[in-house]
Amino acid sequence: MGDVSIFLQHMTNGVSLGSLYALIAIGYTMVYGILRLINFAHGDIFMLGVYLTYYGVTYTSLPWWLVFLLAPLLTGIIGILLERVAYKPLRGSARITILISAIGASFLLQNLGIVIFGGRPRAFPVPQMLNHVVRVGGVSINFVTFIIPAVTILLLLGLTYFTTKTKTGLAMRALSKDYETASLMGIDINRIISITFFMGSFLAAIGGILWGSRYPQLMPLMGSMPGLKSFIAAVVGGIGNITGAVIGGFILGLGEIMLVAFLPRLSGYRDAFAFVLLIIILLVKPSGLMGDKVTEKV
Amino acid sequence: MKRIAGLLLLVFVLAMGASASAEVIKIGVFEPMTGPNAAGGEMTVEGIELALELRGEVLGRKVEIIVVDNKSDKVEAANAVSRLIERENVVAIIGSYGSSLSMAAGDIVNKAKVPTVGCSPTNPLVTLNNPYYFRVCFIDPFQGTVMANYAVNELGAKTAAIIQDVTQDYSVGLSKYFVDAFRELTGDRNSIVEMSSYNTGDQDFTAQLTNVKNKMPDVVFAPGNYGESALLIRQARELGIDVPFLGGDTWEAPEFLTIGGVAVEGAVFSTHFTAEAPVTEESEVFLAAYREKFGREANAFAALGYDAYMLILDVIEKAGSADSQAIRDGLAATEGFVGATGVITLDENGDAVKSAVINQVDDGKFIYLTTVEPF
Repeated sequence: MGDVSIFLQHMTNGVSLGSLYALIAIGYTMVYGILRLINFAHGDIFMLGVYLTYYGVTYTSLPWWLVFLLAPLLTGIIGILLERVAYKPLRGSARITILISAIGASFLLQNLGIVIFGGRPRAFPVPQMLNHVVRVGGVSINFVTFIIPAVTILLLLGLTYFTTKTKTGLAMRALSKDYETASLMGIDINRIISITFFMGSFLAAIGGILWGSRYPQLMPLMGSMPGLKSFIAAVVGGIGNITGAVIGGFILGLGEIMLVAFLPRLSGYRDAFAFVLLIIILLVKPSGLMGDKVTEKV
Repeated sequence: MKRIAGLLLLVFVLAMGASASAEVIKIGVFEPMTGPNAAGGEMTVEGIELALELRGEVLGRKVEIIVVDNKSDKVEAANAVSRLIERENVVAIIGSYGSSLSMAAGDIVNKAKVPTVGCSPTNPLVTLNNPYYFRVCFIDPFQGTVMANYAVNELGAKTAAIIQDVTQDYSVGLSKYFVDAFRELTGDRNSIVEMSSYNTGDQDFTAQLTNVKNKMPDVVFAPGNYGESALLIRQARELGIDVPFLGGDTWEAPEFLTIGGVAVEGAVFSTHFTAEAPVTEESEVFLAAYREKFGREANAFAALGYDAYMLILDVIEKAGSADSQAIRDGLAATEGFVGATGVITLDENGDAVKSAVINQVDDGKFIYLTTVEPF
């Protein structure tokens, strides 16, 4: 292997990981952008999405692509339920209360996962189609590695269109500015919030399915690290900003891979790298790379 | 009146409790039932429960086992043994899969003077300088040498790369012994061409593997948790690394096969026991009982769990006492105990000296290759 192809291989690895973080971060940042709520259960919704897909593919006779579509829809509905149970009753209370409720919801889902799915890991049924390896020169690329960035970019474009051009998107943006005024303008707040959670959870499940196809090991706690990492990606990019989340995801993924690749002695500090990045961003540019400066109205 | 009645009730309950504990012998078990080591813990507990079913009584007293989940976490492992000792008042403890988890409990059992028998923790430090820790398995200096021998003599390897899990004492220790033995066997200080690390819980190993691929080793030695290792080998095959992968006893879990899929075909690892090569009469008893209870073939961890329990009961019977100190002294003097995994004699550190089995993945199953006697 020549030096160039090694570097290209590392780049490919980084893009592959980064686009996964980006994909999960989109859902994270969308919910935050609209509701100003850090949904710490996002990683666990992601886990539920993967398990639903696993059960769908393994225990029903449905074709895999249909399950890959149905499971995110079902996960979206779970997202709506979660909001109804854990966040809606607290709407209007201090932000910290809802944040703590989110952490509680996260633990609840993790432990439910252990009880229902069992503590032993399961193997994600990766469809043959996604499992091809393509070799270009000295660089090996898994087919799913092509799919992930493509899906991420497609979803990014779709979401941008949705929030800027559609009526519901407009309502979402109105809601993100001011709940009360929005409701005075005739916006059904409950409906919009439900849609937001549906979409956020749907995206988490899509991210989960692609994560599972790349790293086919399912565990009830599998959502916590990707959840944290994509949260960091969202903050780095500017939380609330969808494009920023994608950029943050790529920075994080590439950074991690390059750290392990070129400073192998530090590979044990790979997770620490993500958190150090978070601290630096919070110190230097708390609004993130793409974040707008938020002025609190008094 | 009410108060006196309450007091009487309390006395009654206390008396009941005391008489019950005089009859039941409590043995604690701390194993990972959740987290990245869950499969290992579950397999071990299956073996212990099977042993309890076959032999639930000693000295005319009933035996009870109390299983506590250590969640594959070092802090939880320390908490688990503290709970077994302080709240459950167990006379002896069995556990744990995962050397780091056992080591986290080591100080506590030593201070509390509760004898503990590890089933499969293979790092030498688990029992070293700890008069209350014993184990029924071999240790990593042997296991690492066995695999280095295999790499050099069977595969004709001249160079090797190591990929270790730096958060597991098991993985780091085993890698070190493999490296030492491999260098000695090849007579070449530079025969280890790459040494890379990851953490438990990592899912992406592409960066490490790309570096390994660049060095083109003849074999890769990558001891670690079955889940991480299976993902690692999958990613290695995707990257086009087609040399043999070698590992240790932790690979023997059904998850290694299901998660690894076709990628782990041909992977070779050392372990403690295989149903394909029973070594003692007790092996046959164990294998038949296991088959009847679970409807499938037994694995090494169930066999070690079974042996740990049976050894403790044997010691209690010989000592004629279920006192912790008597059990410790009995364990330390263990010689020629016939277990399912072989004849167990504990050395001055409390380690068993036993043969190792080498298994290979073939057609989605573990198949038996050979047995290596202790040197």
